[in-house]
Amino acid sequence: MKTVDARGLSCPQPVILLKKAMGSKENAYELIADSQTVVENCTRFAKSQGYNVSVNDNGGEFKLSITK
Amino acid sequence: MSDKKERTLIIAAGAIVGLFGALLVKFGNPKNMGFCIACFLRDIAGAVGLHKAAVVQYIRPEIIGLVLGAFIIALATKEFKPKGGSSPFTRFFLAFFVMVGALVFLGCPLRMVLRMAGGDLNAYIGFVGFVCGILCGVFFLNKGFSLKRSYAQPALEGAGISIVMVALLVLLVAAPAFIAFSESGPGSMRAPLAIALCAGLIVGAAAQKSRLCMVGGIRDVVLFKDFKLITGFAVIFVVCLIANLALGNFKLSMAEQPVAHTESLWNFLGLFLVGLGSCLLGGCPLRQLILAGEGNGDSAVAVLGFIVGAAFCHNFGLASSGNGTTPAGRIACIIGIAVCAIIGFMNLNNDQ
Repeated sequence: MKTVDARGLSCPQPVILLKKAMGSKENAYELIADSQTVVENCTRFAKSQGYNVSVNDNGGEFKLSITK
Repeated sequence: MSDKKERTLIIAAGAIVGLFGALLVKFGNPKNMGFCIACFLRDIAGAVGLHKAAVVQYIRPEIIGLVLGAFIIALATKEFKPKGGSSPFTRFFLAFFVMVGALVFLGCPLRMVLRMAGGDLNAYIGFVGFVCGILCGVFFLNKGFSLKRSYAQPALEGAGISIVMVALLVLLVAAPAFIAFSESGPGSMRAPLAIALCAGLIVGAAAQKSRLCMVGGIRDVVLFKDFKLITGFAVIFVVCLIANLALGNFKLSMAEQPVAHTESLWNFLGLFLVGLGSCLLGGCPLRQLILAGEGNGDSAVAVLGFIVGAAFCHNFGLASSGNGTTPAGRIACIIGIAVCAIIGFMNLNNDQ
């Protein structure tokens, strides 16, 4: 499973990295983010690509499980 | 946050910005300038003596409100996060030249929308330039452009700009002799302090929650076919257009528009520079203010870049006026586009 580390990146780089990672068409990805905005943007994008997203908030650091 | 809630927030934020954009003019701001991040930061630069253009000096409460509104709502909703360290020097210069572009055009992207909603056809030409600038920015982003990661910083680093805004508010209210306030020109045209401050606070909070961004709107449609942010952009336009029509502030023309000029090439190139530079910064000037309020020190440095850029624009005759652009402004605009392009190329493939 590919992991995208989006911590500390400016908009829209987290979504670009996720989009590039999704080029491999895997069924599951993990994304690490450190802002609510990145969580919202990446969730929206993943859903638009037909994935389901679950978010785990670990004290301000978020882990997104992105699965088909 | 659910999709529906996000959509409701961005529509509400757009409506609030559009409404205040029209109402602040009714209350005394210059026409088509209910909000203008570039113009208002330029006025602040003048008020604190960084430039001597007597007609554009005032500590604009809207700016104070925008930053503090974002700061307060971010604190209240646990989104205040001090961070920084993502190429601050480069960001300073990108912001410097974004301001040059904005003052060649005469407005930030937000004022561009408000001018469009006031019937100013020059702003439509600027809009085309703005879109082209963003498309260039998207080119760099797709090639792996990055100013590298930011990291957690001490609380004071994140709160610093909000403390500065409180200090500016004290100076505005106390009005000591060393602070300059315009007695004529756009700087003398102002909504009452309390109204302007409240408008800023409300818009700042709404923009923070909704992530409203003029650059992000077009960028995200091109990159991801994501229409969230551009919805905010469209709602600002529609609401402000309706309010302007109702208030009698709509005039469809190119000539004789308030605080605007008719040099189409430079309206295009000015906003081209703003679109490109803002895309590389990660958001429009409004968004930089909001991010700064949320604790992003890199965005706070960008705000300083805007202020210093504005000071240079007026000290060295780069800023346009109703009479048109200046030779120095045209040269600075071209240099700015070149500098942004160099910064773009020099920071490719940084995304890992």
